[in-house]
Amino acid sequence: MRLSLLGVNHRTAPVEIRERFAIPESRLAEATERLAHFPGVDEGMIVSTCNRVELLVSSVNGRTDLRRFLCDYFKTDVSPYEQHLYEFQEREAVRHLFRVAASLDSMIVGEPQILGQVKEAFAVARGVGAVRSNLNAVVTKAFAVAKRVRHETQVGSSSVSVASVAVELAKKIFGSLEGKHVFLVGAGKMSELAARHLLAHGAGSIFVANRTHDRAVEMARRFEGEAIRFDQLYETADRADIVISSTGAPHAIFRREHGLQFLQRRKNRPMFFIDIAVPRDVDPEMNKVDGIFVYDIDDLQSVVASHLTDRKGEAEHAERIIETEVDKCLARFSEQEIVPTIVSLQEQIETIRQAEIDRARGRLGAMTPEQELAVEGLTKAIVNKILHTPITTLKSAARESESTTLEETIRRLFNLKSDTHKKDPPE
Amino acid sequence: MPLLWLRIAVIFYGVGLLYSFFGLSRKSDLLTRLVIPATALGALLHLVSLVETTLEYGHIAPTTIHHSESLLAFLCMALFLAVWARYRTTAFGVFVFPLVFLLTFAASVGQQPPEFTSQLLRKGWIVAHVALIFAGYAALFLSFAASIIYLLQERGLKAKSSGMISRLPALEVIDQIGYRALLLGFPFMTIGLVAGSVVAEAQFGSAFFLDPKILLSLLMWAMYMLLLFTRWNSGWRGRRAAFLSSFAFLVALIAWGANYFSGVHRFLQS
Repeated sequence: MRLSLLGVNHRTAPVEIRERFAIPESRLAEATERLAHFPGVDEGMIVSTCNRVELLVSSVNGRTDLRRFLCDYFKTDVSPYEQHLYEFQEREAVRHLFRVAASLDSMIVGEPQILGQVKEAFAVARGVGAVRSNLNAVVTKAFAVAKRVRHETQVGSSSVSVASVAVELAKKIFGSLEGKHVFLVGAGKMSELAARHLLAHGAGSIFVANRTHDRAVEMARRFEGEAIRFDQLYETADRADIVISSTGAPHAIFRREHGLQFLQRRKNRPMFFIDIAVPRDVDPEMNKVDGIFVYDIDDLQSVVASHLTDRKGEAEHAERIIETEVDKCLARFSEQEIVPTIVSLQEQIETIRQAEIDRARGRLGAMTPEQELAVEGLTKAIVNKILHTPITTLKSAARESESTTLEETIRRLFNLKSDTHKKDPPE
Repeated sequence: MPLLWLRIAVIFYGVGLLYSFFGLSRKSDLLTRLVIPATALGALLHLVSLVETTLEYGHIAPTTIHHSESLLAFLCMALFLAVWARYRTTAFGVFVFPLVFLLTFAASVGQQPPEFTSQLLRKGWIVAHVALIFAGYAALFLSFAASIIYLLQERGLKAKSSGMISRLPALEVIDQIGYRALLLGFPFMTIGLVAGSVVAEAQFGSAFFLDPKILLSLLMWAMYMLLLFTRWNSGWRGRRAAFLSSFAFLVALIAWGANYFSGVHRFLQS
């Protein structure tokens, strides 16, 4: 088996180039089928997302010219894009595939979508019969490695957007967001996004207050919430557990004394203020009130930044996991490939041994059980001693992926049957 | 035999003790993965030890200091495991494990023959009294631990230190655990005290009330009451609740140790 991978991604090519090679979902099956039938290609699969287009193939004899496939498929000359393309063979190809599936090659390292996208591409390729034993083994291994990376490192566990960090913090205060009320003060885009995230994680009803009441009414309708008049703000704010404030007010609208009032009316149940306004809507002094937690935009962004740094450290850990998994995977594949040769070598020699013992028996006549044993032992010992070096050499050569010539030599030297195991199973 | 099981349990609890030192201070994946299996196994052996002791002496009430330490440690451990089973948090171990380890270790060093020779201890009322009060102690300790962890998490959230925040459970979860521990412990403590006074009334008359241990126990009960009341009435949590429950815990600790000053609880002579 020979693996090759050709692709463009967000790092090697700007979006203008990537979109030239993108294959829409509706045409993916057909394109994959064409790839699988391309000369020299045995099995193939195409991953096409907004950040990458990758062709992965396994071929039986020699290299496949994947650039030619691109030329043919897109009916264009690819040589102007040469600087944006990358191509990997064998070990490098396996490694790249593992890294992509584990989201280490993503624009935002650790983002979870890519694994699903690779899985979809795999399903499509299987659907059209473009993936069989070889690619199947490698790609399912890639899924297992991705799972291991996610399990053993924190690379995908932390939130890296302001809205998701807000949700994460809210959960650290309230546990579950089930039935929690959210108050949007100011009807901005960012607060709407944060509210959507909170709702998606189970938050209950939404209140909206805005200086222009009509906008509050409109936004409340979109969230099926309740519009509150701005002059009723302080009377109603304590009904909310989470307040997202984003008004254009020049001064703080929530001050310490408001916080104390709210908490008294709420019987000290905690409140979470998310202040995404600049200048700030919530007086920082408010954070000193017991039971009130205030995060402004800088706080949220610094959490995002620290999560990104954490991810970098975890990514290094993940790279080490990938490296060992690539080694294991390749060693297993090449050992598997060499096994039939070793088996037929042993069979061949064993047949010779049996035949010679039979002949000797014909000449010597009946032997005592002791003599039988002695002959058996002697011949076996000779066979094993002779075979020992060829077999260990074959095995170690297999691990270094230089086995094909040696394997051929052995087959010819010992006159083994032709290499049948590499033929594809009948469809 | 019971002593042997207890000694093995102590070794397993040692893993918990390590966790309470290092579990929260830095990333310790191995310890975090080991701590529940190890301490659960410890608790199981501990239970075996308790059952064997009970069979040996023919009744459940602890008849030596060591037995009572062992029983209390086991109740604390059982509560911790119950919290883990419900909320999947090991944070409480930071407080529970050292106490459990110390009590179990002390109990496993050696066990004397029954030293409370009083026949009283064999009566049902006393058994109820001791078991219920111990359950109350364990619950009180858990709510004390909850109030401290609540404070830590509140600090973390206010200081915006993501490390602390991520290692501890959510604020309301901690609050709920502490509150439920109080709700669970209060009836135990109350009925346990009532059972105790019924026995004491019969044995000593009303004079038993002036005993230091009894007075401390009543003070502890009042603190319990106050904790629950402030919680119901004005939703006290955080700093104020932590202050109250620390005080309640301190009183409980003194009451536990007051056997040495107490006439009523000295069963040696009577």
